[in-house]
Amino acid sequence: MASKITDADVRETAVLARLELGDEEIGRMTRELDAILGYMALLDQLDVSGVEPMTHAVSLDLPLRADVVEALEPQLPVAEALADAPRTHDAFFEVPKIIEVGD
Amino acid sequence: MIEGVAEIARAVRERKISAVEVLEAHAARIAADTLGCFYRLDPTAREQARAVDGKIARGEDPGLLAGVPVALKDLFVTKGLETTAGSKILEGWVPPYEGTPSRKLREAGAIVVGKLSMDEFAMGSSNENSAYGPVRNPWDPTRVPGGSSGGSAAAVAAGLVAGALGTDTGGSIRQPAALTGTTGLKPTYGRVSRYGVVAFASSLDQVGPFGRSALDVAHLLQAIAGHDPHDATSLDRPVPDYRAACDKPLGALRIGIPAEYFKDTPQAMGASVSSAIDELVKLGATKVPVELPHTRYGIAAYYIVATAEASSNLARYDGVRYGLRVAGSSLAQMYARTRAAGFGAEVKRRIMLGTYALRSGYYDAYYLRAQKVRTLIKRDFQRAFERCDVIATPTAPSTAFALGAKVDDPLEMYLNDVYTIPASLAGLPGMSIPCGFIEGLPAGLQLLGPPLGEEMLFAVAGAYQRATDWHTRRPPR
Repeated sequence: MASKITDADVRETAVLARLELGDEEIGRMTRELDAILGYMALLDQLDVSGVEPMTHAVSLDLPLRADVVEALEPQLPVAEALADAPRTHDAFFEVPKIIEVGD
Repeated sequence: MIEGVAEIARAVRERKISAVEVLEAHAARIAADTLGCFYRLDPTAREQARAVDGKIARGEDPGLLAGVPVALKDLFVTKGLETTAGSKILEGWVPPYEGTPSRKLREAGAIVVGKLSMDEFAMGSSNENSAYGPVRNPWDPTRVPGGSSGGSAAAVAAGLVAGALGTDTGGSIRQPAALTGTTGLKPTYGRVSRYGVVAFASSLDQVGPFGRSALDVAHLLQAIAGHDPHDATSLDRPVPDYRAACDKPLGALRIGIPAEYFKDTPQAMGASVSSAIDELVKLGATKVPVELPHTRYGIAAYYIVATAEASSNLARYDGVRYGLRVAGSSLAQMYARTRAAGFGAEVKRRIMLGTYALRSGYYDAYYLRAQKVRTLIKRDFQRAFERCDVIATPTAPSTAFALGAKVDDPLEMYLNDVYTIPASLAGLPGMSIPCGFIEGLPAGLQLLGPPLGEEMLFAVAGAYQRATDWHTRRPPR
């Protein structure tokens, strides 16, 4: 796994992570991730063939509740749900336009 | 002076002192605090205390924690009280609901006095990643209190509150407890509900208490443990009497000693922990050597699993529904600019690391492999607990380090979690108790138990604290 991480890898990953990073930040991040991932190459020393991955700390039998209509607590009123939003419009969260409608 | 969770609860219940009087004494100390423990106070604290006194006056049951002043790491979601998780991205967020752990504390009669400093999103081992300033160690203000629950640990150590809640993902309760001379417990994964607890790494995060003694911690755990229909990962198992467990005789206790946890430990720390173990032997326990051969892979596996989960959990901070928003010409640009401005350097680093580890083509090499190593670490503990009842180790490799000493080297900071991470990966309960001082700074003994072995940890810690007085030492005020 210990292939060297490049600036280009970091730029691509930043897009996937939805983080706008400046050139200087990309450079620093590349050096730091390279050092950390280099350390993680330690795991390559282990033979893990035939070992089951541990996805959670306890084995969970996905619990099912009774199939009846049941409110755990009163629903959050719209006004309260919107109260912390940076921008709202009527009963909605407002965001920049993502679909251009042609005329 | 009446101090600590157990003493205050009893004194208030027996009307030796009122909840309001207890609150006033602690509020005065909080007002004089120069350590930076609190982000903000709860303006309803007095009202809460009056309600407890009212219940007592009317002859009603005031609850297990009647009048006990407590505070919460600022990732416990509190209705109507700002909750930031130590991050600029949540600045000004006033939650519309209350999480389960804090609700249970309130229902037990505890007085929630405010919200405590922490490393941003619980990512850090020194509390220096807080977006609102660091916390200083009450034993030496030039040093860190540990992290990520640094505010919780320092506030209890300094006597600003009787108890506090923190969270522990890879050591964030146990390590700061060790560095501040407090008693801190990370319960078994799932023992305490995570509903209304800001998520870092969901397969590892666990809520737990800080106190001045095992008995104080037992009181707090008693109030918050148990199944919660709001958290499907909370364990639906009976909650035993943790307070009674503190008085249980040790009997023929077998203490597992893993050589892997001692070989690279500085001599003074090793000696301090070894003498604590010898004290337990004097109390009737037997030492048993155990092997935890995959210990050295813990940090690497943890920082893949935890960052991968964090990159997913923190995707919700996008500037749409709450918190910070930085304008952009498109939705994607708004997300990217909001997150760039709102997250601190360590959080960005971990999101990047986790996103990278989960990328198509890298998943098997990093995340899947780390999960398999996690299985190997869990098996190590299963084998060890066939031979012993409890495992004793140092909590951290060193005592509190200087502010600024490790901030420029993330990997060096990560190595500080070497002894706490393996039990986190395995989901096991772990406790740190004060076991001495090295050059005036507290040292911590870590006790690890099998799943749901909290009673055993309380029995061992209770016996140790009856025989020693390290936990009663107080930093200079």
